[in-house]
Amino acid sequence: MNGFTNFIDYTIGIFPQLLKGMSLTIQMTVLSLILALIIGILSCMFTISKIKVLNVIAGIYLSLIRGTPLMVQAVFIYFGIPAVLGIKILPFHAAIIVLCLNAGAYLSEIFRSGIMAVNKGQMEAARSLGLPYGVAMVKIILPQAFRIVIPSVVNQFIITLKDTSILSVIGCGELMKQGSLIVARNFRGFETYAIIGAMYYIVITILTKIAKIIERRLSNDKS
Amino acid sequence: MTKVKVENLKKNFGKLEVLKGINLEVKEGEVVCLIGPSGSGKSTFLRCINRLEEISGGVVIVDDNDLTAKGSNINKIRENIGMVFQQFNLFPHLNVMENIMLAPVDRKKMTKEQAREKAVTLLDAVGLAEKALEYPANLSGGQQQRVAIARALAMEPDIMLFDEPTSALDPEMVGEVLEVMKKLAADGMTMVVVTHEMGFAREVAGRVIFMDGGYIVEEGTPEEVFGNPKNKRTQDFLNKVL
Repeated sequence: MNGFTNFIDYTIGIFPQLLKGMSLTIQMTVLSLILALIIGILSCMFTISKIKVLNVIAGIYLSLIRGTPLMVQAVFIYFGIPAVLGIKILPFHAAIIVLCLNAGAYLSEIFRSGIMAVNKGQMEAARSLGLPYGVAMVKIILPQAFRIVIPSVVNQFIITLKDTSILSVIGCGELMKQGSLIVARNFRGFETYAIIGAMYYIVITILTKIAKIIERRLSNDKS
Repeated sequence: MTKVKVENLKKNFGKLEVLKGINLEVKEGEVVCLIGPSGSGKSTFLRCINRLEEISGGVVIVDDNDLTAKGSNINKIRENIGMVFQQFNLFPHLNVMENIMLAPVDRKKMTKEQAREKAVTLLDAVGLAEKALEYPANLSGGQQQRVAIARALAMEPDIMLFDEPTSALDPEMVGEVLEVMKKLAADGMTMVVVTHEMGFAREVAGRVIFMDGGYIVEEGTPEEVFGNPKNKRTQDFLNKVL
């Protein structure tokens, strides 16, 4: 019993600091995901475009991101690039850049697969009615692709949220970093990391639940 | 008046030559049925008439518009060519009404009000007035195909292309779709129909065209083609399907 109250007291003691970390984690996640959605859409458009140059640009971007670990990308952007250019980047900014480039690449592939999953006949039917390619895309293909990709997009959101923890290596004060700082001070790794794990778990579970509700609502009305 | 004029049309997919020089003229109000074994190129031919397939060679002229000419506005031309697909291809995220209204409103052929009125009239004509607010998934195949016909007609095309419109239907639903098509033909619509329904071809077609191996092998009135086929391949085919 003594151990338990001890644990509760400890948790309450470090909680403000962890909460600060969590708040930064969420800020990083939200900000980078908003940017990643834009990058993902652009990159997807580049990929399916009929213009060769755009295909190549998107191809290089996707293969670079997918072919290197997130941690390497992070230290490269935070330590590598500033060293050459003689500039200084804040850890927070570097983290956002890395995360949005990373998630953007995966979202791009998710979007592409969603568009490919829409039956070819849909585009043909739209075009046969005289709709130009762009209009057919926006009014017929994308709404259907959107429904298809929601689960994968939510999944990517969760992955990005978890990936923020890797960015503790560049000194971003997010949740994981705050935990490491505490442990470095008091060596109580077991409790501290358990609490951090629980905090990630709770946030991600809530996110998953919300996503399920959205998904159900969208698939409810039709087909 | 000539509605469709095809001269020496060629189409290849890579090295595979699917159409090897097709010539055809369709007059206003004429109903032409394309028959032939699968792989004979009849669907590809049909899809070249609104350039859903890129044309590899030859000339296709629809309503005096040369589809193969540089700078021809294919979207504008397609507005006057309705098409009905084997798999219906209704838009599943839109209800029946929205499916029909989308193109006329977007292409500014009609205002929303006009398009709605038109849609109601068309749904009535295909016998689906009460399904206006349903989604395609809640309709039977036959109903979906009738909506697809209404959707194509909403653009007020003067030519209709049918690509095996009854091949994906359960047998008991074939009749209702053919009924709609017969009515359309009787109203004077210019129609090109790829079909396996020999009964329909015999009854409705002004001209039957038998295709095989990328060529038009034989053509004539239904009486000529079905009653007295001259070509050996036509005879073989008809023996198998009749």
